[in-house]
Parts: sequence; C-alpha cells; structure tokens
Amino acid sequence: MSVVFDSREQWLHGAWLTVQLTLYGCALALVLALVFGLVGTSRHMWLRALNRVYVEFFRGTATLVLLYWFFYALPLVGVQINSKLVCAVLALGLNVGAYGAEVVRGSVNSLPKAQVEAVIALNFTPYQRMRRVLLPQAFALMLPPFGNLVIELMKGSAIVYTIGLVDLTKVSKNVQGFSGETVAPFLAVLVFYFVIAQILQLLVRYAERRVDRMLGRRPSREPSLSAVAAGAPGVKAAS
Amino acid sequence: MPPTDTAPEAPTPEEESPGVSKEKKGGREEDGDGAAAALPHGDAPGIRFEKVVKRFGSNVVLRELDFAVEPGERVTLIGPSGSGKTTILRLLMTLEKLDDGLIWIGDDTLWHMDKGGRRVPANQRHLHEMRKQVGMVFQQFNLFPNMNVLRNLTEGPVRVLRASKDEAVERARGLLDMVGLSDKENAHPSQLSGGQQQRVAIARALAMQPKVLLLDEVTSALDPELVVGVQDLLRDIARESDLTMLCVTHEMNFAKDISNRVLMFDQGQIVEEGPPDRIFGEPAEQRTRDFLQAVLAS
Amino acid sequence: MQWNWNYTWDILPDLLDGLRTTVVATLLGYVIALLLGMVWTLLRRSPSRVFNGVVRWVTEFVRSTPLIPQLFFVYYVLPSWGLTIGPLTAGVITLGIHYSTYTAEVYRAGISDIPRGQWEACTALNLPRSRVWLDVVLPQAIRRVIPTLGNYLIAMFKDSPQLLVIQVTEMLLAAYKAGTESYRMLEPITLVGVLFIVVSVISSILVRRLERRYATN
Repeated sequence: MSVVFDSREQWLHGAWLTVQLTLYGCALALVLALVFGLVGTSRHMWLRALNRVYVEFFRGTATLVLLYWFFYALPLVGVQINSKLVCAVLALGLNVGAYGAEVVRGSVNSLPKAQVEAVIALNFTPYQRMRRVLLPQAFALMLPPFGNLVIELMKGSAIVYTIGLVDLTKVSKNVQGFSGETVAPFLAVLVFYFVIAQILQLLVRYAERRVDRMLGRRPSREPSLSAVAAGAPGVKAAS
Repeated sequence: MPPTDTAPEAPTPEEESPGVSKEKKGGREEDGDGAAAALPHGDAPGIRFEKVVKRFGSNVVLRELDFAVEPGERVTLIGPSGSGKTTILRLLMTLEKLDDGLIWIGDDTLWHMDKGGRRVPANQRHLHEMRKQVGMVFQQFNLFPNMNVLRNLTEGPVRVLRASKDEAVERARGLLDMVGLSDKENAHPSQLSGGQQQRVAIARALAMQPKVLLLDEVTSALDPELVVGVQDLLRDIARESDLTMLCVTHEMNFAKDISNRVLMFDQGQIVEEGPPDRIFGEPAEQRTRDFLQAVLAS
Repeated sequence: MQWNWNYTWDILPDLLDGLRTTVVATLLGYVIALLLGMVWTLLRRSPSRVFNGVVRWVTEFVRSTPLIPQLFFVYYVLPSWGLTIGPLTAGVITLGIHYSTYTAEVYRAGISDIPRGQWEACTALNLPRSRVWLDVVLPQAIRRVIPTLGNYLIAMFKDSPQLLVIQVTEMLLAAYKAGTESYRMLEPITLVGVLFIVVSVISSILVRRLERRYATN
C-alpha cells in the first residue's frame, strides 16, 4: 500500500480531474436533458422528432466510441477540438444528456392527467403550467433517476484515460507502471471511485429529501422497478 | 421449507363443537344441479375472540375485544372505517399478527398452540393447519394474473390439499358453473370484468373447502352495476351452505339479507349487536344511528 | 478529408470480426450477469442482517465503481494470485460481475413490486412457500423485469468497447488498429459508431416491443 501513499499527489490530481469531469459533464447533461426532454413533451410533431433524433442517436452510441470519434475522427473533417477535456465533457455530457432527456420527458408525461387538467381549468398559460405546477412535481420524479445518472457519468468518466487524460484510472495505471505492483494501485483506485460515488449519493439523497419535503411526500426506502428502470443506462424512462 | 401436509388424521374430527347448528332447512336440493354440491358441507367451527389486542405502532386498533360467532352463524361487521372490522378478518386469516389475547377457531387457538401443557405462540405448521379451515375473499380479488381462471381454482387444491389434478379440475368446473362462469375457465383474470373476477375469487376460496368464509368488502371495488351479481351469488352461498361466515360490508341491504347477526363496531369495540332487523330497524345506540344515517345518506 | 468508400469496404471485414467478439463478450457476460444477479438477490433475502449488510455493500461497491479499473483489477491482479486468464475471459467475467449488481437490483425491485394482495392470497390459500415462489411470485416478477433486463443487455453491448483497455480486439479496437495502419481514422471510427447505433436502435425497438407485450395491467 505504500506505493499508493507515496504517490498521493498524483492520486489527488487524478481524483480532482474525475470530479471536474463529473461536474462539467453533469452540467452539460442537465442542460441538454431539460431542453431536449421538454421538447419531447411538446404538442408539435417536429419538436418531438427533434427529441427522438437526439435521444436515439446519443443513447445508441457507446460513449467510448463517441469519444474516439471526437478525438480521432472529427479533426479529420476539419473540426479541431483543442482540449482533450472538452472532448471528454462533450462525449460524456451528450451521452448522459440523452438518458436525462428521457427521464425528463417520462416524468412530465407521467404526471397525473388531473394535474394538467387542473391547471388548464385555472387558465394558466402553457408556460405557467410548466413552470409553476408541472415541472416542480416532475422534478421530484426526476431526482432519483438523475441521481443514478450522475453516478453513471462519474463512472463513465474512466474512459477518458484512453485519450491520455490523467484521471484516477490513468493514475492507477501509471502507479502500476512504475512500481510494478498491481494489487495496491488497482484496489486503491476502486476505493477512490467508491468514495466519490458515496459522496455523490449523499448529495443526491439530501436533494431528494428536500424535494420530498417540499411536495409533502414520504420518501420511499427502496426504489421500485420503474425507478430502477428509469435511471439505468440504456433504459427508456417510464412514459 | 414446504410445510408438510401429512397430518396423521383427517383434518375434520377435533373441531367437533357442541352446538353445530343443525337447524338448516334440510330442503336444499342435494345434487340438484351440481352447484350446491360444489359447496363445502360439514361441521363448521365457531369463532371466539378473547381479549384480543391489535396495535399498529402506537395506534391501538382492537383493545381487549371479546366476541363469539356460533358455528354456522353468519355475522356482518359494520362500522366507520378504521374501526377495526377488516383487522378482525385479517387476524383470522393470519395476515396480521396478534398482539395479545386469544382467538379460538372451534376448540383450538389460532395464534397459540399447546406445547407440553403450556400455551406457546403458534409455529408455521400450526398456522398452516389452522388456516385450512378458513377462506377469504378480498376487496381487490387478488387473483393470480399469471394463471388462467381454472388454474387459479386448482392451484390450492392440488398444491395444498394434495388433490389429484382431475379431481381438482372437476371441482373447479363445478364451482365455476355455480358462479356462472363456466365459459371463462381459460380466460386470464385481466380479461374479466371486476364482477367476474370477484366471482372467480369466491370460487377460488370455496375450492379450498373452508369451513369459515371471510368476506372483506367484497363489492367495494366493483362498479355499481356489477355489485348485484356478486351479492346474489353470496346470498345463494349463504343459503345453501353451512359455512360460518364473517362479512365486512358497507352495503346494508346485503348485510340484512346475508347475516343472522350484525355487530356494530367503533374504535375497536362492539357498540351494539343484534339481528339485522333490529339493528337496521331500531338501533339502540346513538352511534349506530349516526353511522346508519351517514351510510344511507351517501 | 474526403470519405473514402474503397477504404471503407476494405476495413469492413476486420470490423465485422471485431463485432463478433463484441457480441460474444456481451452475450457471455450477460449470462453471467443474469445468473449472478439472481444469486445476489437470494443472498440479500437471507435472515442474517450482518450477512445482508455485507452482500449489500459488496454489490454497492461493484456497482458504483467504473468498469475499466475493474477490468484492470481482474486482468492484472488475478495473475499475481496465480490465476492467469486471457483478456477476453477477463473481460467477459468483469462485464458479467459488473452488471450482475444491476440485474440484482432489477430482480429485487421486480419482486417487491408484486402487490401485497398476491402474497395475502397465497396465505389465504395456504400455499406452501415453494409454490408461492414458483407458481405466483417468480412468474409475475420475471414478466415485469424482462424489458428492463433487455435494456441492460443493450447497455452491456455499449459498454463492451471498454474491453479494449485490456487488449480485447472488439469492434472499436479493430477499427483503431485498422486506422493506425493506414493513417485514416475517419472511416473506421465512424463506421463503428454507425454499427453501434444500428444495433442498439434495432434492439431498443425490440425491447420496447417486449415492454408493450409485458406491460402490466
């Protein structure tokens, strides 16, 4: 284990890059998820089509393939992305954003019809409906699957080591390289990821509790099948 | 661990209660149409609650409740929701655990058993034996959606009573005939209306040849136009069988027709009891009058 | 850079070879995930709380750490304990173990989503425990979880390129190798992307059909 301790600086730098990737990736994914998800609940067919194209395309590709494409192929058609970090954030954000869009669309669509009818009866404008009544409720439904997606994105960030970014995974590989040890670095890296995931989970739980309180709901202890299904990678949200 | 059914003696003898009601009219058309034949006949046990206590957390639902049901008697429990009526049925079906007191079915206690002269909490085997006498029909039917109607009816007899497949199917067909659903034996529950599902559920309960039948708001989940069919069926069953029946319902006319006695509950205690004519005609207690008024007004 | 069709046709056989490896790894891993997930679920139902806790944390650990370091662990660490396995085997095992923690959660949720009335009906009918599971609970639970399990198959398929970190020549690595040989990355990587989209869009259509078919009423 001493090799891990001796290289603690590298580990911390690696962890910091992993955290950064997670934050930036999540920010991009959240924006994309809201935009394309809400577009998917529109009454206009071509807007819904836009949602389908985005979702099917970016959910259908493997993130690693997407990353390779941004990094190796895109420059060849004249689009040079200078920063590896930007490449990585784009690949992660676009991919997870597609799952997020499905979560948003599914959550809004799964609100009870009565809620929609109630706001229509109150003569809210479509924007008010969404902003004042539907989104706050849908948000509570979105949070648990979003929480899963955050962790998926954090885990997904391990692929960036393949284009030479020095994240936690790359550090473990480096440490193995110069020390020749395998057990310590590869166990340590898993523990690092686990700790980050647990911290993220705590944050998500905290957010869930706040939203539940806001809506006066009792949080459920164990996720139901639809909740498990909604946040899973490659999974269509309940709609 | 699958409970074993190899009790040495036949399951009937010990609950030979003293006053089995024999005053049933002998004139039920025996074997007249196979329908009556499908109904269980035999010595129904009585039921007795002795200082029964049931709590949910800090909420005491039943506090030292005492009451008895005679063998073959049909009793309806009425009262405001939350008064503990359904809990009584669920305790009898062992769906809820007893907190204190004794529940007797026939000459044996449901939740306790005798161990070297001492009364100890019942084990699974004892519960399994005791449950053989009891059947229940649920508000939400609770049919098995993955099985067709016939299989819903034969599953229990084959797996629990160790009936042969042919025997179970034959009995099931008799029961389906009785509930008027002979043509639905291959249908799945989802293809049936609520009323049909409930009739199947009644047949399923009877297929286990219980001696006590518990009816838990069996028509509450049904559309109004489907209620009558289920109620008529239960009236027939009440008339033609000598089951001990406990029924929770909000349908006062149905309660009047089906029962020998009505118990009015409030807050886990019996407020008033008597024959249906008197309870519905001239209730003695103010709480009963209020309740009946509220129900009739709705 | 212009798209070169001749070159595209030239590398296609290599990529399809890689696709075969991808599919094999995915399917074998899936079998492990399905079976091992069942094992986790059963272990979680054991009466011992300590044991439950251990199982819960082990699965949580595997589930919340990335596949790539797990691949390293299996591929590089096991040999130092005297267990040498080839890259493909290591990849399949890791993929299977990783996703078994997901399928376990699916099974658990599928079982706990079964309405209480079903369990109560079983009690009322006095059905023995084995029959409750075999005849009532599992048939309903499996029906409910089939679409979700199908989705995990797709997810595993899309995670399988990560096996290249331990030199499994699946489709992406095959493309990369072809690309470095000829100094043309555009066609191979794009082609891999297209193949992935085609396969996963088709399979999600199939899964959606499953979903509709097994939709619970």
